Amino acid sequence: MPLLSIDDLHVALGGQTVLQGIDLHLDRGEIVTLVGPNGSGKSTLLRTIIGAVRPAGGRLVRQTGLTIGYVPQRLAIDATLPMTVTRFLNLPRRHPLQAIRQALEQAGIPGLGQQQVADLSGGQFQRVLLTRALLDKPDLLLLDEATQGLDHRGTADFYRQIASVRRDLGCAVLMVSHELHVVMRATDRVVCLNRHICCQGTPERVVSSPAYQALFGPDTDDALALYHHDRDRHAPPVDMAAPQPTETSRLEASP
Amino acid sequence: MFDDFMVRAALAGLGVAFAAAPLGCFVIWRRMAYFGDATAHAAILGVALSLLLSTSLFVGVLLVSLLMATLVSLLNGRGYAMDTLLGVMAHSALAFGLVAVSFSSGVRIDLTAYLFGDILAVGKDDLALIGTGALLVTSLVGWRWSALLTATLDADLARASGIDPRREQWVLTLSLAIVVAVALKVVGALLITALLIIPAAAARPFCRTPEAMALLTALIGAASTTGGLQTAYWLDTPTGPTIVSLAAILFALSGLAGLFKRRIVGATSSAGVHP
Repeated sequence: MPLLSIDDLHVALGGQTVLQGIDLHLDRGEIVTLVGPNGSGKSTLLRTIIGAVRPAGGRLVRQTGLTIGYVPQRLAIDATLPMTVTRFLNLPRRHPLQAIRQALEQAGIPGLGQQQVADLSGGQFQRVLLTRALLDKPDLLLLDEATQGLDHRGTADFYRQIASVRRDLGCAVLMVSHELHVVMRATDRVVCLNRHICCQGTPERVVSSPAYQALFGPDTDDALALYHHDRDRHAPPVDMAAPQPTETSRLEASP
Repeated sequence: MFDDFMVRAALAGLGVAFAAAPLGCFVIWRRMAYFGDATAHAAILGVALSLLLSTSLFVGVLLVSLLMATLVSLLNGRGYAMDTLLGVMAHSALAFGLVAVSFSSGVRIDLTAYLFGDILAVGKDDLALIGTGALLVTSLVGWRWSALLTATLDADLARASGIDPRREQWVLTLSLAIVVAVALKVVGALLITALLIIPAAAARPFCRTPEAMALLTALIGAASTTGGLQTAYWLDTPTGPTIVSLAAILFALSGLAGLFKRRIVGATSSAGVHP
């Protein structure tokens, strides 16, 4: 039995159809990425899965006793609420202090435990949110643009941690992302969403599909090119004396 | 010892202060200050109705406060902003209450007793009611504490953890209605909100966790009620307002201390940046 089965799901917000005919099944150990333009219903789909939005039709079955780890797109903690990182990580379930220390270390933010959450930088807070989601040892991890506010290094670390979490916990990961080229490498399956599922499959298949190209335009070829380029590269020594064109400038130069 | 009216008054004040402390924190964290106000105003309608129907005052106030809270929760997000709704409900409840009181002209009602409270007139029955209410509210909030905090942080975060934020909101509303009904005798409808938010606001600058803030709020509330009671006795001033005035003075002192603290912290950290 899959962790999550969604069949012919229909969601309306304020009388407007936001999602229709969604079929999605998630198994243990899978990493699935949702891509789609703004307003395509990516966040709404995640919010429907956690139960914050009531579907207007269709079926959504979660495996009984499923533990969900959720990292929202945005979370503003009111400055009137005093909250240390450690206390935040203990909400709503308490964890041993040792486990919290270890989790913060794994997230690359050791020693932040006594900081006020309101004083954290965007990137630090994003890692704290992920740490909190992981402490519950989730069966299903839902990430809504979780790398917002992280720099390149931070983003790479983040996806590395997701990969190791999948290995260690065996959980399924469903994430929304805009960073196609980064996500492509970290994901088993891509689901392209635009109120309905336009296409889904392995990253290569989705990117080369006409439906995807119609949504994101031809320049997304570059994302795939970059993906292959990065994957096939055998780390040639870079000549520091002669400035090499960077990947971004190469991207811009291509017609 | 319950025969001394000052002892009864002090105990009543302490009971309300302790019950109001965690709720006051939530009122501040969720920016619900007007919610407390509206519930308290509605209490006057409750007073009027229970006098007209000659039922228990506590029950009347509790029912009207709950009705108001439920109505506001239901109407919220349907074309009216929260503050508009609360403004409409609070003042119309108050107005209807005052009109209703005038119908019971056969009985002489001292409305000021309900608007400003009369802590010195707390009887043994009142004390038992306040004690029960305070115990009920603190156990309810204590039981739901983690879920309430998570729902206060973010509704979706709570949902993902299997907590229904609307149920937690209901727990909070229910507790608020009980505290208002119980505190009516002590500080009166006009000053209940003050007792909810001022001690919590005064506690904020010194706390690093929500639990610490709830505890310090209870201490500040207790100091305000017992100190206010003494002061009112010495100066021969109205008790409820004196309690709130003392809480306000503590708030001002805390604000100054917080400002001072921040300046010191700011000075040391900027010194660290520019050695």
